[in-house]
Amino acid sequence: MKRLKKLTMVAALSATTLAGIAFSATAADPIVIGEINHYKRMAAFAEPYKNGIELGLEQINAAGGVIGRPLEFIYRDDQGKPGEAIKIAEELVNREEVAMLTGTILSNIGLALSSFAAEKKVVYLASEPLADALVWEAGNDYTFRLRTSTYMQAAMLAEEAAKTDAVKYATIAPNYAYGKDAVAAFKKALTALRPDVEFVTEQWPALFKIDAGAEVQAIERAKPDAIYNVTFGGDLAKFVREGTTRGLFDGRNVYGLLTGEPEYLEPLADEAPEGWTVTGYPWYDFEDGANKVFVDAYIARYEENPKIGSLVGYMTAQSIAAAIDKAGSTEMEAIREAFVGLEVDTPVGTIMYRAQDHQSTMGAFVGTTALRDGGGVMVDWTYKAGADYLPTDEEVAQMRPVSK
Amino acid sequence: MGLFIAQLLTGLANAATLFLVASGLSLIFGVTRIVNFAHGSFYMLGAFVGYSLMQVLPGAIGFWAAVLLSGLIVGLVGVVVEMLVLRPVYKAPELFQLVATFGVILVIQDLALMIWGAEDLLGPRAPGLKSVVRILGEPVPKYDLALIALTPFVLFGLWYLIARTRVGVLVRAATQDREMVAALGVNQSWLFTGVFFLGAALAGLGGAIQLPKGGADLLMDFNILAAIFVVVVIGGMGSLPGAYIAAVLISVLNVFGVSYLPQSTLVLMFVVMAVVLTIRPYGLLGREEVVGEHGQVGEPERPIKPASMGARVLVSALLIALMALPLAGSHFMVILATDIIIFCLFAASLHFLLGVGGLVSFGHAAFFGGGAYVAALLVSHANTPMELAFLLAPIGAGLAALIIGWLCLRLTGVYFAMLTLALAQLLWSLVFQWDELTGGDDGLVNIWPAQWLSEANSYFYFTVIVGVGGIILLRHIAHSPFGYALRASRDSQRQAEATGIDTKRVQWMAFTVAGTLAGVAGGLFVFSKGSIFPNELEIAKSFDGLIVVFLGGVKTLSGGVVGAASLELVKDYLTRFEYWRLALGLLIIVVVVLAPRGIVGSLRLLYERIRGAAT
Repeated sequence: MKRLKKLTMVAALSATTLAGIAFSATAADPIVIGEINHYKRMAAFAEPYKNGIELGLEQINAAGGVIGRPLEFIYRDDQGKPGEAIKIAEELVNREEVAMLTGTILSNIGLALSSFAAEKKVVYLASEPLADALVWEAGNDYTFRLRTSTYMQAAMLAEEAAKTDAVKYATIAPNYAYGKDAVAAFKKALTALRPDVEFVTEQWPALFKIDAGAEVQAIERAKPDAIYNVTFGGDLAKFVREGTTRGLFDGRNVYGLLTGEPEYLEPLADEAPEGWTVTGYPWYDFEDGANKVFVDAYIARYEENPKIGSLVGYMTAQSIAAAIDKAGSTEMEAIREAFVGLEVDTPVGTIMYRAQDHQSTMGAFVGTTALRDGGGVMVDWTYKAGADYLPTDEEVAQMRPVSK
Repeated sequence: MGLFIAQLLTGLANAATLFLVASGLSLIFGVTRIVNFAHGSFYMLGAFVGYSLMQVLPGAIGFWAAVLLSGLIVGLVGVVVEMLVLRPVYKAPELFQLVATFGVILVIQDLALMIWGAEDLLGPRAPGLKSVVRILGEPVPKYDLALIALTPFVLFGLWYLIARTRVGVLVRAATQDREMVAALGVNQSWLFTGVFFLGAALAGLGGAIQLPKGGADLLMDFNILAAIFVVVVIGGMGSLPGAYIAAVLISVLNVFGVSYLPQSTLVLMFVVMAVVLTIRPYGLLGREEVVGEHGQVGEPERPIKPASMGARVLVSALLIALMALPLAGSHFMVILATDIIIFCLFAASLHFLLGVGGLVSFGHAAFFGGGAYVAALLVSHANTPMELAFLLAPIGAGLAALIIGWLCLRLTGVYFAMLTLALAQLLWSLVFQWDELTGGDDGLVNIWPAQWLSEANSYFYFTVIVGVGGIILLRHIAHSPFGYALRASRDSQRQAEATGIDTKRVQWMAFTVAGTLAGVAGGLFVFSKGSIFPNELEIAKSFDGLIVVFLGGVKTLSGGVVGAASLELVKDYLTRFEYWRLALGLLIIVVVVLAPRGIVGSLRLLYERIRGAAT
């Protein structure tokens, strides 16, 4: 009996294995887009984003699809590993014959996919990764990026910071590429506007392993006038809690990159910091216009609040539909050419994928945090267009490698 | 002065959670010899359960009751895990149980996601302890003081339990000599279950008690894992006071590190661990590991022999089928097969070290990633042609193995394993931190193969020749005089020395060979993906290797390869489903329970039984 069990086990195992190999694609009537993301590793971010895409697709397909065909996404989990993402990309391109690739939140996976895209000549729309290198130092012909980049968002905050009298700045950022880029960009933009500022301390907690009490003490020791925060997620919650408890933020200007995004502000609930200048997404305060239409449609569809990821997902679907529409076919080269200089009408206004670096001109909302009904919100916010916060064309040309 | 004291207090408060969780791990290891990878998951569960309880139990009493209840509930979860998953595999080869605990990690991750959702939960603050007190003018949170005051009580309670009660006597006896305790008629399984309850409960308590300083999220389990292993090793495996001292040492050093060397956050604890282990090889308060005369636990390993005719025919047929894949299969199957062969070579090199050499390394990814980075750096910075870079990858990895092997081989057993982990982690943080050279975690991109290999099919054949060649080479080494010397060193160091084998030297060479071949795999990997990132050097990558080697069967020559190929195939299939981690975790647990000798070992036994029944 025991033996039989083992045999069945083995048989079942080999059956699953074979089924894995025999998994095959279906008829290619709809236009299929391959989407790769960290659905498990970053579930809290990936889900609202996926919802955004689905909402966009429903609307696009209800209106007759793209070039007469329905648009469809295949979603795949990469386990948060770049190597895995490349394997999936190979499968999507070769077996599922997708028209193009999109996705990822983590910058390193975005960079891996963009390198793959250039080598295999596949169009890749980097929807959410923020790394500046994606469109500049490591930019290539086949990669386009939707979301407002680290540099742009940091420059918006630096502009606000330059208006104050603060001279001594402390920075705190997770100890990895995004954190370092974000600090470098802020320093560059702020010193350009205010050459007299001084950075008195730079703190680099390990990502998601912050020792918040120690960080707060270290910043306090440097006695800065203002603090620039790049931490997010669980790190942000701990930093805010320790900082508030120990009075670190009293009488200091604090600038928080992404801190106003619902993904990060909502979990803080009534402990959300007040009076920080942040970039984010104040979906709750739209009164009219395309932003309001999107938010209403999203809430009606999912019965939950949109996140910034939802907006990015929605705009991803819109951008891809617009590109294929403009290309008039699903030929890879045609799609690539269509993306260059492509204009898309989105909830935040018309954005354009710049010809010089393939960065979209999506902007960001900048405002001040406050408490309302036991939760953190952004008040006095304005939408800043992305085009105004990018380096000059000459600088871009210098950073971007000459295409092969 | 005020700041100094305040920083000291912060460090002490941070040590509380670390100590609670690490002491549980230390207890479990001390008595059961299980390296419990799932300990971080118990900690995470403690946080989630504590969060839920604190929503319903009001006030200060409710808060502390919730903390205690979380410990109790997680302890019970630990009991279930021990009875269902670990009991069936106590007789398996040493460290095999870590595969089972890995399955538990996956299951708990998906269950927590199902129950509590994806969003981070902000921990409730402790009623009555929300504000700060001023000590010499510096603000110190009251809750920090509560934690500092609490830890000695826990330590004392545990000490009393271990030193003054009958249960404690049994636990201590089992820590020193399990077989003897069993021989004296003590019911070992209940002792193990009890210890597992206590260990898991301490982890759960740690998770609940840190809520006011943080919260509950789904990444907690892995985030604390490295730190608690470091604490246990620095303190000495199995020593509770050692764990306390180590937790305080690490936490306090970390606080000062943050202030005076802010970039040090990634490496500090691994540097401390490497230093401590170099000076005191068995941790601060640990004792030298008592191993039996003939090293290994469980049934003795059979002598290896050349493959039988039947096996040769089978392997040749499989190889021919593999070579024909580009003709018959789809493009993606070729890509998938390339990935699998690379992983198989990595697993085979680890298996050589682990199975043939008896050296359990927790840091083998250092050589895989190391080789990949050598090639990638040469291509990125020196425009080296792909062929040359590919040749230099194993040489670089081999050199790294030569150095790391020399440092680590002064230790044995779990301490050896932990030092390899620490040094691998140092290499990882070097790569992670040194942006200008390695691109940090943005990695190195555009590392594609030369023109003649750029087609997927040609790269596949290249991988087959190099990868399968490497695997066969390892097999030959196992059968060579060197292999005999290596196995002799593994099975009985004393007798091997007596016959004139320089065992340390043989093991050192084996470490280097394994590192070199992992470097070959790394070289193949980087050119197949076109990019490399620090995650290929991470602890998780080393663990992936360990899992498949044990899953395949550590005491069989082909275990590494078979384990790697099966797990990769299953993963490729399962990851298409939403709750793939749950499915994969359950599958691993089922395989572990049904096949405690690993896939190959158990199949071999099955085959022999069937043949035995037939004749």
